[in-house]
Amino acid sequence: MSTYLSKENKALFTELVRTDFKLRYQGSILGYAWSLLRPLLLFVILYVVFVYFLKIGKDIPHFPVYLLLGIVMWNFFVEMTMQSLSSIVGRGDLIRKIRIPRWMIVFSSSVSATINLLLSLVVVFVFMIINQVPITLGIFMLPVYFLMIYVFALGLSLFLSAAYVKFRDVSYIWEVVLQAGFYATPIIYPLQLVGNELVEKIILMNPVAQAIQGARYYLITHETLTTYNTWDGSWYVILPTLFVGLVFVVGLLYFRNQAKSFAENI
Amino acid sequence: MEDKDIAIRISHLHKTFKLPHEKSGTLKSTLINFGKRGYTVQEVLKDFSLDIKKGDFLGILGRNGCGKSTLLKTLSGIYTPNRGTVTINGKLVPFIELGVGFNPELTGRDNVFLNGALLGFTRNEVADMYDDIVGFAELESFMDQKLKNYSSGMQVRLAFSIAIRANTDILVLDEVLAVGDEAFQRKCYDYFDQLKHEGKTVILVTHAMAAVERFCTRAIVIDKGRTIYDGDPKSAANTYKRLNFESTMSSSEKNNKKRNKNKPSLDQKGVCSIIGLNSTDSSGKDKVLYKPHEPIVIQCKIKINKPIYNFHIFLTINNPGGLILSALDKTFKGELVEAIEPGQEIIVEWELSGIYNDGKYLVSATITDDKGDDIYSRLNEGYEFDVFGWEMTNILLHANSKSNIKVLK
Repeated sequence: MSTYLSKENKALFTELVRTDFKLRYQGSILGYAWSLLRPLLLFVILYVVFVYFLKIGKDIPHFPVYLLLGIVMWNFFVEMTMQSLSSIVGRGDLIRKIRIPRWMIVFSSSVSATINLLLSLVVVFVFMIINQVPITLGIFMLPVYFLMIYVFALGLSLFLSAAYVKFRDVSYIWEVVLQAGFYATPIIYPLQLVGNELVEKIILMNPVAQAIQGARYYLITHETLTTYNTWDGSWYVILPTLFVGLVFVVGLLYFRNQAKSFAENI
Repeated sequence: MEDKDIAIRISHLHKTFKLPHEKSGTLKSTLINFGKRGYTVQEVLKDFSLDIKKGDFLGILGRNGCGKSTLLKTLSGIYTPNRGTVTINGKLVPFIELGVGFNPELTGRDNVFLNGALLGFTRNEVADMYDDIVGFAELESFMDQKLKNYSSGMQVRLAFSIAIRANTDILVLDEVLAVGDEAFQRKCYDYFDQLKHEGKTVILVTHAMAAVERFCTRAIVIDKGRTIYDGDPKSAANTYKRLNFESTMSSSEKNNKKRNKNKPSLDQKGVCSIIGLNSTDSSGKDKVLYKPHEPIVIQCKIKINKPIYNFHIFLTINNPGGLILSALDKTFKGELVEAIEPGQEIIVEWELSGIYNDGKYLVSATITDDKGDDIYSRLNEGYEFDVFGWEMTNILLHANSKSNIKVLK
């Protein structure tokens, strides 16, 4: 463990994250401001589309903020997996020429996605205040759900980035999976809209869906279906969490196994 | 040898690569070819063992593709060996290439910090060295520009300037001398001197024999994944040169007919034509590779088309750089009147003493009238021969000489 957290590794890690972040808005005039502007503009669009035209979530209090939180969380999941997926191949020059801990490359791109998430959350909180959403102690549950998405995405990232070295098809497949996931997860529609209890139950087995619904429940409104209240507290509610753990372990083991031959396969 | 004196111990290292037949590794092709062996296994290192002592300045020589870089990458921990172990005693920093991780979109300053971190420095440590690094690279006014706007020379200077700060026990250097101009090489040599002075363990892969002979305390020659020589750098350099030469020779002997044929002479006035140049040993046997001191017989074959009485043959021997090392000539003034008839072929030959240095030599021949005004036939660089085996190779000609001493009263 001491070698993982050595002085050199820490310095290298911060430098990699710094570089990722510097390069993110390279060449744009507004630069870092985009980290805040993107969720802000997104919110404006959602507000116009859902509140003025579709009127989908009129039963749900503070629906625009509810939407925004869902989208911010989903985007975090997408950004983290997509960025990590190509991270090993993208850093091929380092892997082939110096001795760098391979996990650090995936880990550093996950951290830069997390920094972006935190900036987006600032916007979410601003809109919560504007919309006069009551802030309760439930806010302390938020890190739990974010941790859940993070670990899930990290496990997937480890697996995908290692598989991508050998099979470049992975990025196309994953794009399709994410596209399907976007509709299979209650992001732009309230889950109640589905109307079929069994389908709702199945949808909530998805860890991302569970995390989004959970965060909405504790942060915005109790008018949210969560895994816990849909399954009536049966033991099944721990399945998504177990699934997250399983994905993480499998991803990590596969990555460790493949990491030995990254330098020659890239 | 005591274990504590060893910097690197490599024992029974095997490294093979799977070379896919078709590079594009898509799922579809994998599914279609499922079960088939879609690759060839290339064995690069075979049961390779080597002990490197602390303070050794080890040179690794070998032809391209012999496994040098694979060895370096394996002992640097970039490749994982299939079998065998590498034990490293101390901190090792590899420089497979200068400026690894340099990002063209970042400024010079950011790149210094990033590269420093890759060498294991913290941000504060880099900040302390920053002025020295920039000063040494002579890039003070460019540090806030993006690296993509640097010339390649500037990038190398910056990379080298960071690299030499590496605080380590063992350094692995691959072909660092291959880049940069003479001034840069001088800086490299100064750095090597400094490393040697500090008693660091250095492993150097290079094709610059001068560097090997000057800095290395020991050198090995690798061929086809095995060590074929281990010991004194000078002999290693010679072994390497012989290896290089033999392989070019074996291909050049094979190609000898091809490379020394089919080159037509440029003829004017239809008087005569040079139909071939050749070289033999003193007994008359064809030869293209000569040992030191061995006499070289150059033959020029001429076909006579019209009766000529007075003519002049002029032969030059030059190196591939175009420098003429010898000029031979012969003038005929009616000596051959009796013997020559149109359609006949004659051979003119010269015997040279073996004073030429290792290398390739090109022979050209010209036939003119006896005053040298009209060119009858010319064959430019129409023949090649090689010399190999001199002990000292950094001189142009090995003049034959006798020495004697005169004592003056």
